[in-house]
Amino acid sequence: MNKLSIEGVGKLFAGRGESQPTRALMPATLDIADKDFITILGPSGCGKSTLLRIVAGLETASEGRVLLDGRPVTGPGADRGMVFQSYTLFPWLTIIENIAFGLRERGVAETQRLDVARRWAQQVGLKGFENHYPKQLSGGMQQRTAIARALANDPEILLLDEPFGALDNQTRALMQEMLLGIWEREAKTVMFVTHDVEEAIFMASRVVVMSARPGRIKADIAVDLPHPRPYTIKTSAAFVALKERLVEEIRAEVMASA
Amino acid sequence: MKPLQPVSAPARVSYGVGFFALFVAVWAVATLGGFVPKLFLASPITMVEEGWALMTVHGFAYDIGITIWRVVGGFVLAAAIALPLGIMMGAYKPVEAFFEPFVSFARYLPASAFIPLLILWAGIGETQKLLVIFIGSFFQLVLMIAVAVGGVRRDLVDAAYTLGSSDRSVVARVLLPNAAPEIAEILRMVLGWAWTYVIVAELIGSSSGIGHMITDSQALLNTGQIIFGIIVIGLIGLISDFLFKWANQRLFPWASA
Repeated sequence: MNKLSIEGVGKLFAGRGESQPTRALMPATLDIADKDFITILGPSGCGKSTLLRIVAGLETASEGRVLLDGRPVTGPGADRGMVFQSYTLFPWLTIIENIAFGLRERGVAETQRLDVARRWAQQVGLKGFENHYPKQLSGGMQQRTAIARALANDPEILLLDEPFGALDNQTRALMQEMLLGIWEREAKTVMFVTHDVEEAIFMASRVVVMSARPGRIKADIAVDLPHPRPYTIKTSAAFVALKERLVEEIRAEVMASA
Repeated sequence: MKPLQPVSAPARVSYGVGFFALFVAVWAVATLGGFVPKLFLASPITMVEEGWALMTVHGFAYDIGITIWRVVGGFVLAAAIALPLGIMMGAYKPVEAFFEPFVSFARYLPASAFIPLLILWAGIGETQKLLVIFIGSFFQLVLMIAVAVGGVRRDLVDAAYTLGSSDRSVVARVLLPNAAPEIAEILRMVLGWAWTYVIVAELIGSSSGIGHMITDSQALLNTGQIIFGIIVIGLIGLISDFLFKWANQRLFPWASA
């Protein structure tokens, strides 16, 4: 069954004065099954973040519509949790209060929401940092908190917009394993935007490749690697073959736009 | 000296105290050495003697109290209205579009130039003094608070929406706490400005307060008392500044660098 349906969603940005509007996203159609993990792979500026933000309800589509469980998306809401590339923890709240933010908005009692938040802090490996402020934490830990904050709300779908883009390679690899581990345990529907081919393959059961601006869906490739996936899978023959294929796809797009 | 090289805390204090000492020394040499006529500038020693006389004989403590009350009263009044208005303007753009042009214009109206009008309207009582402080600080506060509230990072607001926040909740739980340290800093700064307005208000048509004492002393050519009054204002300003800074650090531990 489809969790999320993107039906002909496109985006035009209005031009200034006399200039023509610019197209950021060609109408895209995409179905995401329940408990699926899909990555959207594309070169910078291809409109993949725009697509994700439309699903989140943070931007409106110029055409088409998004359905979550059959109901059209009209604005942002707690049913679509989001993790951003920039660090978006609330600096005035401690780690535990950040994770509990969504539950507080929903009016969950304090003891109960702190229980849930503590459990999630532990899940993402932040035990012992509950009462720290975000600025006291490394970038990787802040993104762990952001993931926990989105998941503590128990959303129908988790949207991630290049969440590890600002992290160094080693941290990035650890974060990928952590998120994949959570997905394997919790069975969430996930839509993950990235420009990193290896990341796209390692995380996903399906990689959707987008073309250079104006973005359109160029390929939709199933990743049949087994679960659980250890990081060593990145050097397996099947992984490398898939990577070669996707690198070619993306390379053509980067050359078209660079 | 290397550019931007930090100074140790004890060295910083001794440098700071050092300049105060140098300043008083130059003043002492100029006056006690007879380089400046006594009529124009009292020596530090005369100033201290006059100050002592003011406090013990002339009941200057009462004037200081009155002045503090006027500043705090006018300022609290201005802040009480400026806070909600500034927050509304910062959060809601139509409200900002409605008030901002007028407030921008009004902030350049010099508060001291209103004194004759205010005397006409409110007499020479306390109301007039409070109104001068109010006019001097209100418009500045409103604009700066609006900018502080509106200056929130867009992605923090987006994050709140995806966590299920309503519009009202975004204002109360994101815009407000986000701007709070900056608003506290704005209050500290504008309170400093309010001190300059109160003295001007007291120079004209007043029978009490530090400003009133200064005009009286001018008539008697008592520069020692005038300088003492000015120093008292400076000291009170410094103390209130310290209190504000201390409170801000206690209230917003997450904001300090």
